[in-house]
Amino acid sequence: MNNEFILSRIQEHFGAEVISSEVNFGILTIEITASKSYEIIEWLKNDTVLDCSFLTLLGGVHYPDDKNREFAVVYHLHSWRKDFRLRLKVFIPAENPSIRSIVNIYNGANWMERETYDFFGIIFEGHPNLRRILNMDDMDYFPMRKEYELEDATREDKDDRFFGRSSNQN
Amino acid sequence: MKEENIALSSAENNAAESTPQFKEIQAESREALEKLLSDATDSNTEVSNSKNNDTEETIDGKYATINFGPTHPATHGIFQNILKVDGEKIISSEQTVGYIHRAFEKLAERRPYNQITPITDRLNYCSSPINNMGWHMTVEKLIGVEIPKRVQYMRVIIMELARIADHLICNSVIGVDTGALTSFFYPFAEREKIYELYEEVCGARLTTNIGRIGGFERDFTPTFHEKLKNFLRTFPKAFEEFNGMLERNRIFMDRTKGAGPISAERALNYSFTGPNLRAAGVDYDVRVMQPYSSYEDFDFIIPVGVNGDTYDRFMVRQEEVRQSLKIIEQAYKNLPEGDYKADLPEFYLPPKQEVYNNMEALIYHFKIVMGETEIPAGEVYHSVEGGNGELGYYLISDGGRSPYRLQFRRPCFIYYQAYPEMITGMTISDAVLTLSSMNVIAGELDA
Repeated sequence: MNNEFILSRIQEHFGAEVISSEVNFGILTIEITASKSYEIIEWLKNDTVLDCSFLTLLGGVHYPDDKNREFAVVYHLHSWRKDFRLRLKVFIPAENPSIRSIVNIYNGANWMERETYDFFGIIFEGHPNLRRILNMDDMDYFPMRKEYELEDATREDKDDRFFGRSSNQN
Repeated sequence: MKEENIALSSAENNAAESTPQFKEIQAESREALEKLLSDATDSNTEVSNSKNNDTEETIDGKYATINFGPTHPATHGIFQNILKVDGEKIISSEQTVGYIHRAFEKLAERRPYNQITPITDRLNYCSSPINNMGWHMTVEKLIGVEIPKRVQYMRVIIMELARIADHLICNSVIGVDTGALTSFFYPFAEREKIYELYEEVCGARLTTNIGRIGGFERDFTPTFHEKLKNFLRTFPKAFEEFNGMLERNRIFMDRTKGAGPISAERALNYSFTGPNLRAAGVDYDVRVMQPYSSYEDFDFIIPVGVNGDTYDRFMVRQEEVRQSLKIIEQAYKNLPEGDYKADLPEFYLPPKQEVYNNMEALIYHFKIVMGETEIPAGEVYHSVEGGNGELGYYLISDGGRSPYRLQFRRPCFIYYQAYPEMITGMTISDAVLTLSSMNVIAGELDA
């Protein structure tokens, strides 16, 4: 099962929803629209040809400089029968960081979505129990967002320039 | 003899006298009980695992809420489960996790790649070398470097030793939770030998920080060879001795069979991996499915269970230990000649004596320590078969010195969420067994 076939099969059914695609180290990465992400994942699980029956990983990424695409939710699916991995990316804006929960499709997504909410504040609509999971309940910020510096911001010996990039703060 | 008979008959009399009263109490509480039950079934999600007992049945007509953990000796780590029990039967449970959350994913965003290895140690600390190697391989995949065959075989030896140590701890702890302490002490002598082997390679025992990006810090020492040969000679006998204590032990079998089962469909839906999934009957193993570090060169089998219960999980791990030993023997016998590290001067620290005498080594040393190494931008997912499942690293690099985002796929964080479903309808003692047989490691769970 090669990546071109997987992509063409998805495009056949959801042509308008596939925004872009690339192959990273053998894994096909597809960016899909937030509005149809649930339907696409459900179809991928039930489709007999692609058969992505296993959810490997679900998580978030924060790109604070990307206007209206600040948060990415990344799904790693795995088809065991056909032996390929698939990475789906959904970008959502910071004003309304919400996306439909896929707990109904894969029960394993439950805690991974809670963790993503806990870290990034991404709301998963329809999640049965969207509470913080690793941090304490009364925490009032989302720590994995890039605006929260790991180090004390007043320190000068650990400048972002030393980490090969210009400052996060801009 | 006579006295005993008298005592027995009087006890019977007492029982007979109290029976009507007892019945009355039962009838009275029956209504309250039914109300409670209907409340419970309204609010609870249905039990979807058909293998669990019927939860409608009641024992003493009252529900109690108890805390199982966070610091209970039977939880082997800091897990809290709030159980709603009827007598000793679990009606529902709620988990709390995160007690030792250390924000590894955030920490990793401000650390150079070589400093992330010690973080991975502290995920599944029962088999840290696998975590370390998985991380090295992820970075090597990103920078696109060819790793010498010898290094790959050396890694396989260390990783399989770690798997043996991991499974030994888990299975001996199942013994403890069934009340057999002897079977806990026997394998610890063997685990000690494995830790001595780690010590020979990297100097550390538990949080190993073993190997480097590109290879090992040093070649296997003569002492290592000697100790490994000794281990390969003595371990099978010691292991079978341990195995003989539990595998066909009637008490152990009665306790573990049927405790905390999960069906293959449910396990898949909950994204189970590792021995827990294989015990349910699905033969998924990253080592076979997507071989890394030359696993395709070795001949071994993937054991699977049938019922997905505690006994099957135990048996799958026992067989995996034997298979791991087989892999180590093959890898050690065919250990290729060559260098113990890849030719990767931008990432692999030069030997200290060279730093003082060789200009090039000095430059690379400076660049690595000061973090001025160029790292390509890219996105990579790499996974290895950890001690308890598929351990994955999802790394996004923007070309900086540290990852832009690093997410760990922590197998037990994902499969531990099925725990309430697995113990509903079981007794508390079965819940203890299920927890230990699932091999949930607090460090990995909370990251």
